[in-house]
Amino acid sequence: MSNFLEVKNLSVSFPTEDGVVRAVDNLSFTLEKGKTLGIVGESGSGKSVTSLAILGLHKGSSAEVSGQILIDGQDINAKPETDVRLLRGKLMSMIFQDALAALHPYYTVGNQIAEAYLVHNKVSKSVAKKRAIEMLDRVGIPNPQKRINDFPHQFSGGMRQRAMIAMALSCNPSLLIADEPTTALDVTVQAQIIDLLRDLQKEFNTAIILITHDLGVVAETADDILLMYAGKEIEYGTVRDVLQKPQHPYGWGLLTSIPRLTGDPNKSLAAIPGTPPSLISVPSGCAFHPRCSYVSRVGTACSATIPELLPVTSGAHHLVRCHLDATAREEIFKNQVGPNL
Amino acid sequence: MSKILKVEGLTKHFPGRKHSLFGKRDIVQAVDGLNFEVETGEAIGLVGESGCGKSTTGRLITRLLEPTSGSIEFNGKDITHLSNAQMRPIRADLQIIFQDPYASLNPRHTVGTIVASPFRIGGIEPEGGTKKRVQELLEIVGLNPEHYNRYPHEFSGGQRQRIGIARALALRPKLIVADEPVSALDVSIQAQVINLLKDLQKQFDIAFIFIAHDLAVVRHFAQRVAVMYLGNIVEIADRDTLYSNPKHPYTKALLSAVPEVDPDAIGSRERIRLTGDVPNPINPPSGCRFRTRCWKAQEICASNPPELIQIGMSQVACHFPE
Repeated sequence: MSNFLEVKNLSVSFPTEDGVVRAVDNLSFTLEKGKTLGIVGESGSGKSVTSLAILGLHKGSSAEVSGQILIDGQDINAKPETDVRLLRGKLMSMIFQDALAALHPYYTVGNQIAEAYLVHNKVSKSVAKKRAIEMLDRVGIPNPQKRINDFPHQFSGGMRQRAMIAMALSCNPSLLIADEPTTALDVTVQAQIIDLLRDLQKEFNTAIILITHDLGVVAETADDILLMYAGKEIEYGTVRDVLQKPQHPYGWGLLTSIPRLTGDPNKSLAAIPGTPPSLISVPSGCAFHPRCSYVSRVGTACSATIPELLPVTSGAHHLVRCHLDATAREEIFKNQVGPNL
Repeated sequence: MSKILKVEGLTKHFPGRKHSLFGKRDIVQAVDGLNFEVETGEAIGLVGESGCGKSTTGRLITRLLEPTSGSIEFNGKDITHLSNAQMRPIRADLQIIFQDPYASLNPRHTVGTIVASPFRIGGIEPEGGTKKRVQELLEIVGLNPEHYNRYPHEFSGGQRQRIGIARALALRPKLIVADEPVSALDVSIQAQVINLLKDLQKQFDIAFIFIAHDLAVVRHFAQRVAVMYLGNIVEIADRDTLYSNPKHPYTKALLSAVPEVDPDAIGSRERIRLTGDVPNPINPPSGCRFRTRCWKAQEICASNPPELIQIGMSQVACHFPE
């Protein structure tokens, strides 16, 4: 199957008074229709900046975007803002983390869902309204005929998230970007929203990019995982590859540092020392090397040169950006990481 | 073991909106009749979804809020209705760590001033001088003591949370209420702070009330866990019992909703999906407050609120426990 979305060598930087912030650095990935890619990383790793670039939302800001973003063969980055505007909503769409901030407080929920539909379809207002009711019903809002006249503040957190999903999907977009869609929600509601997204994806064959820092959410929804650190992709592979046989020391650190419902609760968590770097002065070489416990195994290369993103074994689709060689990684994973999982 | 905290019938009702000039005011029943005890040096977890009253409970215990009714007994003394002045000497033993490390530190004060504030307010001169003690505290929480003169904005989120922890430790308290201390932090930093709190708890034998919405985080910190729903405690048990054998349907649902990291384990787990949202605390359901989302609910659940009773190793408030 051909790749519906292809991002090639995407870089985004912001000139600021203190220097240039390299938020995303030479990022490449692909996504097929009906599949989900999870982009995982901590705050400041460049996840959200990537998603905004795919929607063409950096246009008109001071950001410098280079590289190609091909959606269905069309390069979003090369198009002028007016053209991208016509595609937004229909070809690609986005749901945001904070639904209360993303919805307009002054307009009813129904109005806001119908608006996108009216822009992209030559229909009357009453048809658009019907569509809004249909979408609210589809995302599981009870009594949609009445609730479309409600304002966002009259909805609960989970309902607002549903309304935003309804809005994003009203024109059947082929690509949906979900930026931390469940972070602001309670676990029981989070589970409902994850199920809903999964059902909708099956129904509409949407390609989904799920941006999150929660490895559990990714494990339950994504097909592929892209792990980011300081604006770079450091590991890329299927969910099983990245979560069961992680290859990058940062991935090891993340997996062993999250508290789980299984395992020995009395053992202290294997935390990653230090803090994520500032994007203005990214450490030389591998950006993770100041926090990495295995630098001594490689020597000076870690702080001198940036490792390339290479297949774990030749020909594999599982890519990793690390100076450790395959045998060393296997040995460390088996003896030091595995027992802590 | 002696009890450091005893809470009986603790209730907080906030006044809500008035719908007409002479109409009745709404009452938000944030916390409704809590009973629990904390032993000296024990870490108890308080879990629940937003709006269940867990933060209000923390603020009532530290007396940042005035309880509507019920009693709070701290260290053998009734502190339910003490005035601010009367509370001051007690606060040396009863501290709080806040959720938001950005909002809970004064941006105009240096770290030294912030961590020294408990000494200043309490009028206490620590042995060897304030500065020396503050630097010791910074070292205990893993910060560089030379950063004494820096301002909060020069620190990252995780470091700021450490400053808040140093401040809470300053007067060697007997009980710390930690209100979502790690939920604002990145995963890799979360683990650092959980480990730090755990070490401090053991080292100084401090009792903790650890408030969180994340069940996995609580499991790594608390020895006993209380689950709250809409202002009530629905289940209390020691950690192992609660996580391996949940008795209340809500506890069960909450546990099954936590996303699983291991792709192979996802299919094997029982999934319970609650429908709808948490009801409005202005007008909570009659009887058992969970009944509107419970798959076991029957008539009795709507008429009689269940009492918290001992079943096996757990205390459960349910007419049809597992």
